[in-house]
Amino acid sequence: MLKTFLIGIKDLRLAFRDRAALILMLAAPFVLTLGLGLVTGRFSGNNNSGLSDIPVIIVNLDNDQMGDALTDVFTSEELADLMEPVLGSDPEAARQLIDEDQAAAVVIIPKGFTRSIIPQENNFATPSDPVKIEVYANPSRRTSAGIVKSIVDEFLSRVEEGRVSGSVSIFQLMLSGRITPGQAQAAGIAMTEQLQTNTTDSDLAIKLNSSTAAGEEVDFDILAYLAPGMALMFLMYTVSYGGRSILAEKTQGTLPRLLVSPTSSSQILGGKVFGIFLTGAAQMLILIGASSLFFQLKWGDPIGVIVLVLAAVFGATGWGMFITALARTPAQVASIGTAVMLIFGILGGSFISLDQMPPAIQTFSRITPNSWALDGFTTLGLGGTLTNLSTPIAALLAMGISLFLVSVALFGKKNLVQK
Amino acid sequence: MPNILEVQNLVKNYGDFQAVKGVSFNIEEGEIFSLLGPNGAGKTTTISMLSTLYTPTSGDAAIGGHSVTKDPMAVRGVIGVVPQDLALYEDLTARENLIFWGQMYNLSGKALNSRVDEVLEQIGLTDKAKNRVKTFSGGMKRRVNIGVGLLHKPRLLFMDEPTVGIDPQSRRAILDTVKDLNKQGMTLLYTTHYMEEAEELSNRVGIIDHGELIALGTQKELTQQVGQAETLILHIGENDDSEALAVTLKTIQGVQQAEAVDHEVSIVCAEAEDVLAAVVTKANDRGIKIRSIDIREPNLEAVFLHLTGRALRD
Repeated sequence: MLKTFLIGIKDLRLAFRDRAALILMLAAPFVLTLGLGLVTGRFSGNNNSGLSDIPVIIVNLDNDQMGDALTDVFTSEELADLMEPVLGSDPEAARQLIDEDQAAAVVIIPKGFTRSIIPQENNFATPSDPVKIEVYANPSRRTSAGIVKSIVDEFLSRVEEGRVSGSVSIFQLMLSGRITPGQAQAAGIAMTEQLQTNTTDSDLAIKLNSSTAAGEEVDFDILAYLAPGMALMFLMYTVSYGGRSILAEKTQGTLPRLLVSPTSSSQILGGKVFGIFLTGAAQMLILIGASSLFFQLKWGDPIGVIVLVLAAVFGATGWGMFITALARTPAQVASIGTAVMLIFGILGGSFISLDQMPPAIQTFSRITPNSWALDGFTTLGLGGTLTNLSTPIAALLAMGISLFLVSVALFGKKNLVQK
Repeated sequence: MPNILEVQNLVKNYGDFQAVKGVSFNIEEGEIFSLLGPNGAGKTTTISMLSTLYTPTSGDAAIGGHSVTKDPMAVRGVIGVVPQDLALYEDLTARENLIFWGQMYNLSGKALNSRVDEVLEQIGLTDKAKNRVKTFSGGMKRRVNIGVGLLHKPRLLFMDEPTVGIDPQSRRAILDTVKDLNKQGMTLLYTTHYMEEAEELSNRVGIIDHGELIALGTQKELTQQVGQAETLILHIGENDDSEALAVTLKTIQGVQQAEAVDHEVSIVCAEAEDVLAAVVTKANDRGIKIRSIDIREPNLEAVFLHLTGRALRD
């Protein structure tokens, strides 16, 4: 274990002493992010997220206070640039439109939604059985659908906060004798009206995301999409660079020398993998730090960012090992690695949002760590936290593990040294 | 002295090609044993099997009582290896290289730092310890390459042609280092195709050719195989046909072997004086001008020529 760690640290040190590698690992993604930021107007005060006029269908079957409040959120002036809402009445027809890729999502507010929240006569503390709002999302417009879902989540979160705090308040008022049970209903209705006012507050929809720790509200920043896109693309360079070093060590004689030391093959291979992982993680964290410092980019929940970075690097490392296992020479790894970097960059959405690609390409993009990780970074950029990242993290870990196992089998077949 | 290395019928095949053909020999603790042979003779393949890098096709060897095929990890703790090609991280400093390789040999902490200082002193690079290896000359890199093999004070050190491609000064320093190490009690297996190195360093020599160990013994024992034969080295012009001259010289009575190498012809004969006049005459007859003639006492070159019919540098 110690030797595995030491080999990994040695590889990290070597990677950061290679000027050519540093240019591609750090300078290139940073400069490209800067360039794309300039092109999109991010640095000229035109804070255009690049996401606008998201087609969303609102089916309000509730037709009561809370359903109307949610509808008002989507049709508000503040969301006019971001959303292009259409009001519908038939859930099935609306779902059909999504299946035909006519909109990003349908928000179906069921009948009785308001009654499930507002205290009922003689039983204000226990609303009727809760009913669920359905967001029927278009899988080919994940980012847009994710924004719609975030708005609904935020709305429901505030409603729930208001309902619970209202119930507790009325109980406290009754227990303290300030109101009688007969006055409780009137008090509940008054609080509900207040709740309705709060949930239609224009701040709610525009500022989708709020940090629960500081309460600071954040707009979606186009760089929160571009910067991870570039970092992830060049992460693929780093992992292929690391893979290349395995074959380079064979060529330069250091691998045979390691193999005749009291160090097992598994320790050596593990150390090389660990070195790739460390280098990739260092690259991502430096880029995140630099973009936060120089571009004032807010990546979102720090814990979520770190865990997602580690998962993304793990998945990418699997690809690096797989490429290395397929190649015979360091030059082959470099060639294949560069091609994979560009292809995965395009497929994974580093240049063009996946929402704008055909469904088949979007499905195929799921083989890339870029696609999954970019989903995660977008979620974090929209205010999500670690708890919202289970799918991309699980996918990236599964990708890394499966590719690593295949690579080990391939390495075993071809043998790193001629025995 | 007990044997630290015992090799039994070591064979290595690559498909139909047999690189090492049943080599057997022993090395006693404390001696310098040279494996002498031309390029491609099987020296590196033999060392690679003994150092557990390659698995023998058949046969086995015991090093410090451990089988190279059955207990390679134990063998690796006993041996040190100085490979023929440089095996260093050029973007690390000399000190960083030694630290890393020391860690791979289970050294750590103060013991590691202290040992690295000793080795830097031993290879004469203390003042260059913080320089990256890529800034070093070929000879300095060779010295670091040797230093790595010494870090853990191995009982048996394999040195695979450590002087190839370096300047005479560095070569001298390496040969002196080998002698010093041996004086300190280290056993060495040294491969070379330079006869002079084998003669200078070795207690015993094994001559290997085409994967076979064709002779084994002390220098005296080996030269006795060619009797009291002497070797004449004729230096001729660059445009002269040394191959044709060698063929002609073989016809002279008393010439046992004649072999052309570049612009030289090596002649093995019982008495140089008896054939010298005939040699000069034959050369003149062919219009070849002899620039100089060396007469050498029986040596390993003559042994190799005697055993194989070819010069060692072929």
